[in-house]
Amino acid sequence: MNKRIYMDYSATTPMREEVLEEMMEFMKTEYGNPSSIHSFGRDSKNAVDTARDRIAKTINAKSREIYFTGGGSEADNWAIIGYAFANKNKGNHIITTKIEHHAVLHTVEYLVKEHGFTATYLDVDADGLIDLEELKNAVTDQTILITVMFANNEIGTIQPIKEIGAIAKEKNVAFHTDGVQALGNLKLDMDELNIDMMSMSAHKLHGPKGIGALYIRSGLKIHNLIHGGAQERKKRAGTENVPGIVGFGKAAELADESLDQRIAEKTRLRDKMIDKILETVPYTQLNGHRTRRLPNNTNISFRFIEGESLLLSLDMVGIAASSGSACTSGSLDPSHVLLSLGLTHEVAHGSLRLTIGAYTTEEEVDYVLEQLPPIVERLRQMSPLYEEIQGGNQ
Amino acid sequence: MYTEIVMEHFTNPRNVGEIKDADGVGQVGNPKCGDIMKMYFKIDENEVITDVKFKTFGCGSAIASSSIATELIKGKTVKEALNVSNKKVVEELGGLPAVKIHCSVLAEQAIKSTIYDYAQKNNKHYEELDGFDPEAAQEDHH
Repeated sequence: MNKRIYMDYSATTPMREEVLEEMMEFMKTEYGNPSSIHSFGRDSKNAVDTARDRIAKTINAKSREIYFTGGGSEADNWAIIGYAFANKNKGNHIITTKIEHHAVLHTVEYLVKEHGFTATYLDVDADGLIDLEELKNAVTDQTILITVMFANNEIGTIQPIKEIGAIAKEKNVAFHTDGVQALGNLKLDMDELNIDMMSMSAHKLHGPKGIGALYIRSGLKIHNLIHGGAQERKKRAGTENVPGIVGFGKAAELADESLDQRIAEKTRLRDKMIDKILETVPYTQLNGHRTRRLPNNTNISFRFIEGESLLLSLDMVGIAASSGSACTSGSLDPSHVLLSLGLTHEVAHGSLRLTIGAYTTEEEVDYVLEQLPPIVERLRQMSPLYEEIQGGNQ
Repeated sequence: MYTEIVMEHFTNPRNVGEIKDADGVGQVGNPKCGDIMKMYFKIDENEVITDVKFKTFGCGSAIASSSIATELIKGKTVKEALNVSNKKVVEELGGLPAVKIHCSVLAEQAIKSTIYDYAQKNNKHYEELDGFDPEAAQEDHH
């Protein structure tokens, strides 16, 4: 096997050459600590500031509203715990959804279990969208925070963020969104969308791993999560990951440069993939909304087969993908996101996620479309569930 | 994650299919858990398993466990087949990840369930099957 085709960009992305180049300088020659007073330190400090400016510009925020973290999960934890602790005198109720990333869900559960908070987990419809009326009705006089992800990492569904932001504003409740999958894939404007906090991660947009950021609207009260230093305007202690921050800044800048054109191209390839698979392979269904979805996300359930065996088979012909089956999650249940859509366990076990990115070519998409149907058929020929259906048709 | 033997059996599973006039048919597991194994045995008058076929809905290790289990019992007597344990399946596969051990348990139960069906149809009794509940084997194997 020589061919290797990466269709797992939502898991992580390769770093862009330009990103790596800018980072190298800050590992080899400009290694100063930004807190140091000497020239080494000042140069590093300037680089961190430049990166902050670049990211702020990408999401139409002010530079001082961007705080670097150790990744998207830390940003989610910080936003939720930090805001809840700083505002517990106002109330103890948090509203979220059933399809959040575990970095949000488990954090909310932790606050409920250990710190006396209460939570409402909003349902989603078959396409993965929340109901705005249900959200409005869930707000009580105890509600302090709404946290709803921008776009779902598994099924790609994009929530009505602007409307959620408007509801939060009207009800005087803070609004946090996990924007990890959205940044680099969608146009994001903090003011237009009424977002108070947004989590971001660099490695989803061709930046390095281990670096993320939290956007915090000016004036919002939030406790620190990491204590011990004056970095990040006294909000996040720890010597800055300067190469990571520089890489994140460059990656954000590059992602923003030709965003519209790249969204159009990814959408075209995504639609080709979705349409062709649904057309050529029987007993399949698309998971997530058909149009309100990330431009790079295809998630399809193949009935009668199990996701892990599908991934192994695809891997053997060089295709890297992911699945929401239990066998790939390390637990006994398939993905909570797929189950929340109302999928049966069997259909959820047979899900396949193909996520494309900047380096995906038409040839690669065609190769997947050529390899996938016979692999599905081979596994179905082995499946007792398929046998039952075939028998029924005779 | 998987041994070469597991991958080899997953890639080229032995004895996939159905036997129309099987002497015993057994099915274990359920779609909720993400794996189902179905086995078909042809058993001659000397209680020798002359042919075995299987169909499996499940992950790579479930398919590999079924495949190797069918190899282990083909040509063996019913008694010998009843003594094939999940440990034997794991051993023959060169090991399975801890979270996948239940796949080998499923293979052992599939063999038992198929022989149970044969025993029921032919009024036979095997002490190895005492206490074996084919209904329970369909319910939960975790």
